[in-house]
Amino acid sequence: MTLKLFHWAAPQTFYHLAGKLWKPFAVLAAALAAVGLYMGFFVAPTDFQQGEGYRIIFVHVPASWMSMVIYLAMAFWAFLGFTFNTRLSGMMTQALAPTGALFTFLSLWTGALWGKPMWGTWWVWDARLTSELILFFLYMGYIALTSAIEDPRRADKAGGLLALVGAVNVPIIYFSVTWWNTLHQGASVSVTKGSSMAQTMLWAMLLMALAFWAYTIAMALYRVRSIILERERHTRWAQELAA
Amino acid sequence: MNAFIALVQRDLRLALRRKSEVLTALFFFVVVATLFPLGIGPEMGILRKIAPGILWVGALLASLLSLGRLFAADFQDGTLEQMALSSTPLPLLVGAKIFAHWLLSGLPLALLAPVMALQFDLEGAAVQALVLTLLVGTPLLSIIGAVGAALTLGVRGGEVLLSLLVLPLYIPALVFGAGAVEAQVSGIGYAAHLSILMAMLVLAAFFGPWVCATALRVALE
Repeated sequence: MTLKLFHWAAPQTFYHLAGKLWKPFAVLAAALAAVGLYMGFFVAPTDFQQGEGYRIIFVHVPASWMSMVIYLAMAFWAFLGFTFNTRLSGMMTQALAPTGALFTFLSLWTGALWGKPMWGTWWVWDARLTSELILFFLYMGYIALTSAIEDPRRADKAGGLLALVGAVNVPIIYFSVTWWNTLHQGASVSVTKGSSMAQTMLWAMLLMALAFWAYTIAMALYRVRSIILERERHTRWAQELAA
Repeated sequence: MNAFIALVQRDLRLALRRKSEVLTALFFFVVVATLFPLGIGPEMGILRKIAPGILWVGALLASLLSLGRLFAADFQDGTLEQMALSSTPLPLLVGAKIFAHWLLSGLPLALLAPVMALQFDLEGAAVQALVLTLLVGTPLLSIIGAVGAALTLGVRGGEVLLSLLVLPLYIPALVFGAGAVEAQVSGIGYAAHLSILMAMLVLAAFFGPWVCATALRVALE
């Protein structure tokens, strides 16, 4: 098993594996998003308090989840990079970052759109919103640092270290709802209590979450292929591939 | 431990030979704190309310100013490489450099803060809270900042990049530091905020030098 993992950790083999995998995940993402959006917009009942405006949660909540999950995934790859000193880990960390930044921005943007009709304001200085904004800054800092360093190996390592340091922030985001008791409503989905939502709403949201997962995997694989080709351009197999 | 003390003494001596660098950051703090009343208006009620935040943000930016030079000179003349090669553990030496940086940037800020607090008409207990939180908070800023300085060492446009990396990580210190003073003003007392700040400092002091040393090794490769 371990040997197998290290076999795929070589950029050359992983390039081909990623090439095979990214398309099915992209198709899966599109299919799940189509079903999820249909359920969210046409099947799920209107909320008796929030009216139709609540439907933005089908994008907002999965995007917020993904924004945190992707940062943890980056920290995971960074950790692998430091323990095993594999080149692929750094590339994966870099491949995930833009998608993470995108979802964080999406989460903030849809949150503002939801906040205007519900709270009467685009933005409140609530702990959860603020920490999501900080997460966006962390993504931007990571991207800025890795693109400023010219040597790719150093960029990987410095970025990985930054990702690990920043990962301390992600739990603070998640538990901030409990720590600071403010405007943002508590989590509607909880593992221990079950859900306080209607079944169809929950299903639509979970489908959208899965769609975003699949999209993230597809995008990360697609992007890591470009990074691998760029880094390995001096090797024979990459040149043969390009020829 | 001898190496630690020797390195602190060396950094202090170097800084005292070029006093202007230390004083510039201090005056920056004074000027920033003075600009806010001019921008907002001289009404004491508002100023008293925003004082904790302004003084803390001012201290944050001032301590950021000197971070770029923390490792730069040693990196250029090769001293840093010798430190990495020496038999003394690099995290210990990094800790000494961070401590010296705090003595030169954080400690003067904390001592100057009461004077600035007078501009904003803060009462005695609130000033006490401000000084205490700055005494605990500025070493935290130095440690986090040192990690950022090590990561951006020798990178093109490093100074601006450094602030982009470090300022988001400063936010918890800012929240609890300024929060402590606000809590004191509103009558709750600052003990809880100060405890959290101390906890963060302990955590940072334990992991910070080690992370910073790793970042330096990456930069030296």
